[in-house]
Amino acid sequence: MTETFLGLPATAPPGVGHLRGDEPFPVAARRALADPQLRRNLRHATGTIRAKSSAVISEVPDWPELRAAGRAIKSDTMARLPELLEQLEAAVTAAGGTVHWATDAVEANRIVTDLVRATGADRVMKVKSMATQEIGLNEALEAAGIEPVETDLAELIVQLGRDRPSHILVPAIHRNRAEIREVFLREMPGVDPALTDEPAALAAAARRHLRATFLSTKVAVSGANFAVAETGTLAVVESEGNGRMCLTLPETLITVMGIEKVIPTWDDLGVFLQLLPRASTGERMNPYTSMWTGVTPGDGPQQVHLVLLDNGRSAVLADEVGRQVLHCIRCSACLNVCPVYERTGGHAYGSVYPGPIGAVLSPQLTGVADNASLPYASSLCGACFDACPVMIDIPSVLVHLRARHVAERRAAHRMPSAEAVAMAAAAYTMDHPRLYAAAQRAAGLGRIAGRALPPPLNGWTASRDMPAAPPQTFRQWWSERRRDDRP
Amino acid sequence: MRIALFVTCLADTLFPEAARATVRLLERLGHQVAFPEEQTCCGQMHVNTGYPDDALRLVRRHVRAFAPYDVVVAPSGSCVGSVRHQHAMVARRAGDERLAGRAEEVARHTYELSELLVDVLGVTDVGAYYPHRVTYHPTCHSLRMLRVGDRPLRLLREVRGLDLVELPQAEQCCGFGGTFAVKNADTSTAMLADKMRHVLATRADVCTAGDASCLMHIGGGLSRLRAGVRTVHLAEILASTEAGRSGDPTGRTTEGVAR
Repeated sequence: MTETFLGLPATAPPGVGHLRGDEPFPVAARRALADPQLRRNLRHATGTIRAKSSAVISEVPDWPELRAAGRAIKSDTMARLPELLEQLEAAVTAAGGTVHWATDAVEANRIVTDLVRATGADRVMKVKSMATQEIGLNEALEAAGIEPVETDLAELIVQLGRDRPSHILVPAIHRNRAEIREVFLREMPGVDPALTDEPAALAAAARRHLRATFLSTKVAVSGANFAVAETGTLAVVESEGNGRMCLTLPETLITVMGIEKVIPTWDDLGVFLQLLPRASTGERMNPYTSMWTGVTPGDGPQQVHLVLLDNGRSAVLADEVGRQVLHCIRCSACLNVCPVYERTGGHAYGSVYPGPIGAVLSPQLTGVADNASLPYASSLCGACFDACPVMIDIPSVLVHLRARHVAERRAAHRMPSAEAVAMAAAAYTMDHPRLYAAAQRAAGLGRIAGRALPPPLNGWTASRDMPAAPPQTFRQWWSERRRDDRP
Repeated sequence: MRIALFVTCLADTLFPEAARATVRLLERLGHQVAFPEEQTCCGQMHVNTGYPDDALRLVRRHVRAFAPYDVVVAPSGSCVGSVRHQHAMVARRAGDERLAGRAEEVARHTYELSELLVDVLGVTDVGAYYPHRVTYHPTCHSLRMLRVGDRPLRLLREVRGLDLVELPQAEQCCGFGGTFAVKNADTSTAMLADKMRHVLATRADVCTAGDASCLMHIGGGLSRLRAGVRTVHLAEILASTEAGRSGDPTGRTTEGVAR
C-alpha cells in the first residue's frame, strides 16, 4: 500500500497530556494575581535566579558568540532533522539500544506502558522530564496499574501535593518551604512528625523517602536534554543526583525525548553544556551530567529504550517563523525574566510549558485555536529574547502567532470579529489623512472623561485614567503655525 | 540639518506637546524641521494585535511619506522600533520585496529622539533647564529593541537644575504593551502597580521616558491614585529653558488628565 501525504503535519491530540488549559489565560491569571503568597514566592524565587544567572553570565567574555553558536547548531539541526534522527536511531541501535517512534502522546504512552508491562514491574522511578509531563505519562501508567515515582525533589513535592508543575526547571517554584513542609507531613509515608521547614531537613526527608525507591525499582523513565546523532549518546543534566541513580541502578531504562533534542555531533555538546547551566540555574557547571550510549554489558541498565516523540513538533517545524521555538533547551531563563510570569505564575498558562516559551510553544504544538489566549499573554517587552541562550526571538513569534490566530479565526467564521472590523476600519481611516484628521477631532470633541470607557476598553479605565484630549492635535498646531509664519 | 518629524499617531492625537517640544528643541539647536502631512500611523498596533495585512497600507503610506528625507526623528522608541523591525517584515509577508527594500532604507534613516541628538547631532548638552526631581523609565522598546542605552540619561544629566534619581528595577516593563493593557488588563495593572511603587519610592516629582504610550499608562495609574507625580516626555524636559515654554501658550504636558 502506498501513502500520499496530504496537508500539514498533525498537531498534538486533545484529551491526553498537559498542553491545554481549562480556561483562557486572562481568567486564570486574574485568580493567580489575587494570591499574595504566590506573588511573594515567585518574586523572591525569580529574583534570586535572575541575579545568580546574570552574575555567572557576566563572567563569560564570549557569551554572545556562545549564544550565536547555540542558535547556529540548532538551525542546522532543524534543517536536516529527519536525517539526524535516522542517524541517531542507527547509532543507538548499534550500541544495543532500541528506538521507538511515537507520532503523538497516545502512541508514546502506549509504547512506554507496554515496555514497563513486559518487565513485569508495577512501579517505575522517574527523572524529571518535560516530555513525559507533556504527554501525561504518569496518568497513563497509573491507569495501567503502574506506580510512577518522581525522584526530582521539586517534582516529588508537586506529585505528593497532587499539584501541577508551574516552572520548567523548578516545578514547585510556587511553593515556599513552609508549604513544602506541610505537604511532606501530610503525604510522605513514615515522615518524622517533628520535621522543620529548614531546607536541609526537608531535603533529608525526601532523601530517606527516595533511597528505598532507588534501590528497589527495576525500571526507570527519563527524558533527555540532548541526543548526539553521530554517537547515539543520550545526556541528562540535573542537580540532585537523583537522575544519576535512576540512570544507573535499574535493569531497564526508557527515555522519552522530543525529536528536537537531537544535536549533530559530540563537539556540539560543548556549546550547550556551557550555555545551559549559566542560563538556567545560574551555575558555572552542571552538577550531574549523565551520558549513556546504548547498553554497556555488565554495567548499568541492560535494557535501554529510546522513544522519539513528535506530538506536534513536525507541525512546528513546518512554520517558517515559528520553527525557531524548537531550538529551546528548556533552561527557563525566559520564565525567570518575564514580568508576566513573575506575577501570574506558571499555572495560568494551562500547559506544562509556561512563561514566554510556553506561550510560543504550546499553541504551535496544539494548533493555535486550542491555546488562542497564550500568544497575547505578553506585553512584548523583549526581556525573554535577551535572556534566551539560543536567541529565540520570542516576541516576533508571539506576534506571528497572533496573526495566525486572526487568520484562522477569519477562515473559520463567515462573520468577521468586532476586533477585525475595528482594525480594518482603523487602517482604512489612517490611510486617508482627511478621515484621520476628522477622527482625531471627533476624539477631541466627544471625549468621554477619564473614568469609564465602554467595553472592551473598560479594561483600561478600571485602573488607569485616560488622558484628556488636547485642545488641538499636533497637525492642527503645525498648520496654524505655518499659516502664522507666512509674511 | 533638515529633519523630518515622524510624529506618531499617539503624540499627534493625545500628546501633541511631546511633538511640539521635539520641534522647538530641534529648531533651538539650529535645525529645520519638516512635517510630511501625509503621515498617519506606523501600523504597529495592527501588527502587534495580529493584523499585519491591515498594516500593509500603513507601511506603504509611511514609506511614501518619509522616503524623500535623509533624517527622520520620532519622539518614540516603540514606533521607531516598529519601523526598524516590522515594516520590512510586513511587506515581505505580502510578497512586496520592493516595498520591503524601501522600508529598510527609510528605517536606516529613522531615529528615536535620544539617538538623533547623541549619535547624529553629537550633542548631550541641549541647553535645557528643568528644576525638578526626575526619574527616568527606560521603555522596553527603547531599551531592548533600539538599544538606546544610556543616551537619554546622558542628555538628562546635562539639564541644568534637574535632580536625576535612579528608578529601582527600571528595566522591568510597565505593563502597557498596547492591546495587552486591554486584553490582559489585570496582569497589566499588576505590572503597573509595581512600576508605580518604584516610581513613588524615588520621591521624584516627574517620571520621564521616551515613549508617550508608556507614559500614558504610568501617568494614567498615578493620576488615578492622585499620587502627585507627573509623567513628562523626555522631549518636553529637553525643550524646557529658563525662558520657559515661551511661544507655546497651549503648552500641555503628558501629565494632563481628564477629570
